[in-house]
Amino acid sequence: MSIGFLRDYYVAAGRIGFQRDIQYRAATFVNVLGFMIEPAIYLVVWRTVATEQGGVVGGYTVDAFTAYYIVWTLVRVFNLAFAPNAWEWRIRRGRLNEMLSAPVHPFHRDFAYFAGAKFVWTLMWIPVAAVLTVTFRPTLHPTLVQVLGFVVAIWAGFAVRFVLLYLLGMITFWTTRGQAIFDLVVAAELLLSGRLVPLSLMPDWVQTASNFVPFRWAFQFPIEVAIGRIEPLGILTGIGIQILWATGLGAALAWVWPRAIRRYTAVGG
Amino acid sequence: MKPLSPWRLAVIHFRVAALNELQYRLNFFVQLFQSIVALGTGLVAILVVYSHTDSLGGWSASQLLAVMGVHLMLGGVIRTFVAPNMRRLLEDVVEGTLDYALTRPADAQLMVSVREFSIWNGIDIVLGAGVVVWAGVAVEGSIGLVGTVAFLVVICCGAVIVYSVWLAGCTVTFRIIRGDYVLQLLDGIYEAGRWPVTLYPGWLRMSLTFLIPLAFAVTVPAEVVSSRFDGSSILWAMVITVAFAFGSRQIWLRSIRHYSGASA
Repeated sequence: MSIGFLRDYYVAAGRIGFQRDIQYRAATFVNVLGFMIEPAIYLVVWRTVATEQGGVVGGYTVDAFTAYYIVWTLVRVFNLAFAPNAWEWRIRRGRLNEMLSAPVHPFHRDFAYFAGAKFVWTLMWIPVAAVLTVTFRPTLHPTLVQVLGFVVAIWAGFAVRFVLLYLLGMITFWTTRGQAIFDLVVAAELLLSGRLVPLSLMPDWVQTASNFVPFRWAFQFPIEVAIGRIEPLGILTGIGIQILWATGLGAALAWVWPRAIRRYTAVGG
Repeated sequence: MKPLSPWRLAVIHFRVAALNELQYRLNFFVQLFQSIVALGTGLVAILVVYSHTDSLGGWSASQLLAVMGVHLMLGGVIRTFVAPNMRRLLEDVVEGTLDYALTRPADAQLMVSVREFSIWNGIDIVLGAGVVVWAGVAVEGSIGLVGTVAFLVVICCGAVIVYSVWLAGCTVTFRIIRGDYVLQLLDGIYEAGRWPVTLYPGWLRMSLTFLIPLAFAVTVPAEVVSSRFDGSSILWAMVITVAFAFGSRQIWLRSIRHYSGASA
């Protein structure tokens, strides 16, 4: 398969993802709205904590918390990926059969679809962000370098999380009770990514542990780039680490995929 | 032939669902593990918050534990009794198989509300009750007989409120395709109840009090456990419960008129 073919395939599949979600825009908006509630809750809680502690907690002011969680909402839109438990549905309904008979790896189709859909979700995110901005009034003055770094970092963060969840989904080929493991990983992600709270507010051992897992590179890193807490050199280094994680996880997926698919028995479809 | 009473119909469906799930006993341990992970994550969140402050909007750690316990209990009610039925309703509308429920000689709202139960999720109700007792002991030592009765009344009100909101929300599927996202949105909104609604800014607090009344469903029962309540909030919880039960019934009756069947 040539690079040119793959590029054209990504563009076409990305367009399909875009068209499908723009077609059902009411449902897409409801979906995006659902994902915005979680950061809005954390925002309210940590603003309250910061206010009650005289305005600063863990190096974050009330305004910095506000900026952190409002940028969080956009990062969340970008790092949404194919859910690991959706593999069970694919297998049970026989939907995987048609994907396996296509000449392109299902990963490319899913990745391109989600990438295309990001543009619709970002459009749907704008009114939600506007309401949050008017309500909470964040202080956000990113430089051009930070804006450019953020654009790269959210796409790279999407790649890291997408490959990670795809790899996790492979568990479904070995057990029908993968949900327990998925829940455990989501709980770990919540605590080790900056999703619940900026990592600087976590105990030292949690901050140390977060260096050994990929979660923070899909959540906290892009956010900190946007709110100006990382210098240009740190942005470049961080993007490099994101690429390393995405590549490493991709290599693991390439190793697991043929072993997983050998265990697959077609059902229906 | 005399139709079955609503209660008897619900019990029969529940027994069938229970027998179905009892075939898969390992699922109990899987669910127990998942519930413990969720509970642990919630406790860590509270610990992190209170490692930086002594009070959150006037709520102590023990009082917030009560909120979390009630949230877990009602979440268990939703996942055991409400969400499975609503998911089936949404699927039936898309696939055109709702006709099978509508043509039965029983009330349609009752039929769509008692067909599916996910009994292992009931673990959350038990764990949540345990957390509520733990919080009650930590705050007061004992909430007494009056407090216990008041708690049982408001937690039942909470269950009726969440059922009513879920039912009203899911009737949107009669008007738009892909109503499946509505359940995700409702789950997301329910997460807001994990923290006392008094923390939220004005318009959001009003929405969570009167539009989707998590204030009455979650915060008021937690206030009873942590002795922060007065009689009027219990009375208001009962009024809101009746209003939402009646309102969701009206929305259901109006929405069902839009259903014309699809392919069954």
